[in-house]
Amino acid sequence: MSADEAVSRLESGMTVGIGGWGSRRKPMALVRALLRSPVTDLTVVSYGGPDVGMLAAAGRIRRLVAAFATLDSIPLEPHYRAARERGAFELTEVDEAMFMWGLRAAAHRLPFLPVRAGLGSDVMRVNPGLRTVTSPYEDAETFVAMPALRLDAALVHVNRADRRGNGQYLGPDPYFDDLFCEAADAAYVSCERIVDTAELTKEAAPQSLLIRRHSVTGVVEAPHGAHFTSCAPDYGRDEAFQRRYATTPWPEFSARFLAGDEQAYRAAAGEAT
Amino acid sequence: MSAVTRAEYCVVACAEAWRGAGEILASPMGVIPSVGARLARRTFSPELLLTDGEALLVDPDGTVEGWLPYRLHLALVTGGRRHVMMGASQIDRYGNQNISCIGDWAKPVRQLLGVRGAPVNTLNNPTSYWVPRHSRRVFVEKVDMVCGVGYDRAAGARHHRIPRVVSDLGVFDFATPDRSMRLASLHPGVSVEQVREATAFELVVPPEVPYTREPTAAELRLIREVIDPDGARAREVAG
Repeated sequence: MSADEAVSRLESGMTVGIGGWGSRRKPMALVRALLRSPVTDLTVVSYGGPDVGMLAAAGRIRRLVAAFATLDSIPLEPHYRAARERGAFELTEVDEAMFMWGLRAAAHRLPFLPVRAGLGSDVMRVNPGLRTVTSPYEDAETFVAMPALRLDAALVHVNRADRRGNGQYLGPDPYFDDLFCEAADAAYVSCERIVDTAELTKEAAPQSLLIRRHSVTGVVEAPHGAHFTSCAPDYGRDEAFQRRYATTPWPEFSARFLAGDEQAYRAAAGEAT
Repeated sequence: MSAVTRAEYCVVACAEAWRGAGEILASPMGVIPSVGARLARRTFSPELLLTDGEALLVDPDGTVEGWLPYRLHLALVTGGRRHVMMGASQIDRYGNQNISCIGDWAKPVRQLLGVRGAPVNTLNNPTSYWVPRHSRRVFVEKVDMVCGVGYDRAAGARHHRIPRVVSDLGVFDFATPDRSMRLASLHPGVSVEQVREATAFELVVPPEVPYTREPTAAELRLIREVIDPDGARAREVAG
């Protein structure tokens, strides 16, 4: 399916998980499609990068669940910052590990998982709904009961996929994209290139097959679909374009690069760098 | 060889955090902690594991020896075989650290990174801190958002430990009866008065404060010629 078709399955008010990490292998073509759609009022669950910055700047986020938002080579995500500082959305700020265990709980259909993180920190103060659980064994240690981060939909981007939804990463880090898909009722996987199933393991080891088709609803072929974030080994981060994104006022950036479709984006981005 | 710079004293002070640590992962954040960790790895703590900053464990010469993507890194944290040195936008006398935001969390004056892994780090593996510009804005009476847990809030946390805080002025620890921050050493050229003036809470200062140790000639050569030949350390701490 196309990115626009995938996004047409989303509805305002949904909880949407976005894969990748910071400014690394983010499903940006799907995020751009989301920005073209009328879908809003989202709860976004993300190891945040420019996905969060753009959706926050565009006013599409009602609540964000995150441990951070960063552009990596630019530590602070400027559009996320600006949105937070004007109180544009609600935030569920949890630790990176709590976030991972929340996804795992959702993937395993558990209501929560115990995690040794959060206690003593202000994560407890800013999330008054967080509960604790005490070990029933001799140690009697108290943990945070991290609730499942169940998602209505997940958006992830990988290097290759087949038409059935088997997704392959070829870079050094899978991030948490398989977990996002397993934690979601519907998962949309974009990829640099759709290939025949047999081709997936021709030159790569089978453990690169990160995402299994039973957890995938739709596959989108989106070359440069992670741009301007990195998608190793297909391409690195477009640092020049990221700097432009970080230093351009949002209305101007949006008008220049996001007013048209993906093809228009690529043409405009190509001209700009 | 030219005189030892402040940045180089900071490198040595950071490296010392990993002395005798054994076969654990050193996770430095920031330029000078990274140079320090690599110095420790190449000299007195050869058992240390280091990453390439992404998902690979690498030898000093770049040889890949292992795979550590984020999911395994987070698992390693909870196993405790790691000593991380994080940054701190604010830190208080008990070692509570903030990298999330300045001002009221609900609508911050300045949004920073977010809590990141500070809550899980501080409850699971030794966590030290690095502050490249020691000032009253960083060393505060009370942090706006507790990300890394300090000693006064760590009751019952069996794996909590803050071995040291290194700044451009000196080294600090919590070796006091009430676990409040103590001046452990001054970098040569810095006075106790200077540190006191740059710290917004009352620091414990022992009657005799040693100076941070000198790098050896071999260490200086490694720092200058092998680990950081481009001088990135001087862009983090001048002088």
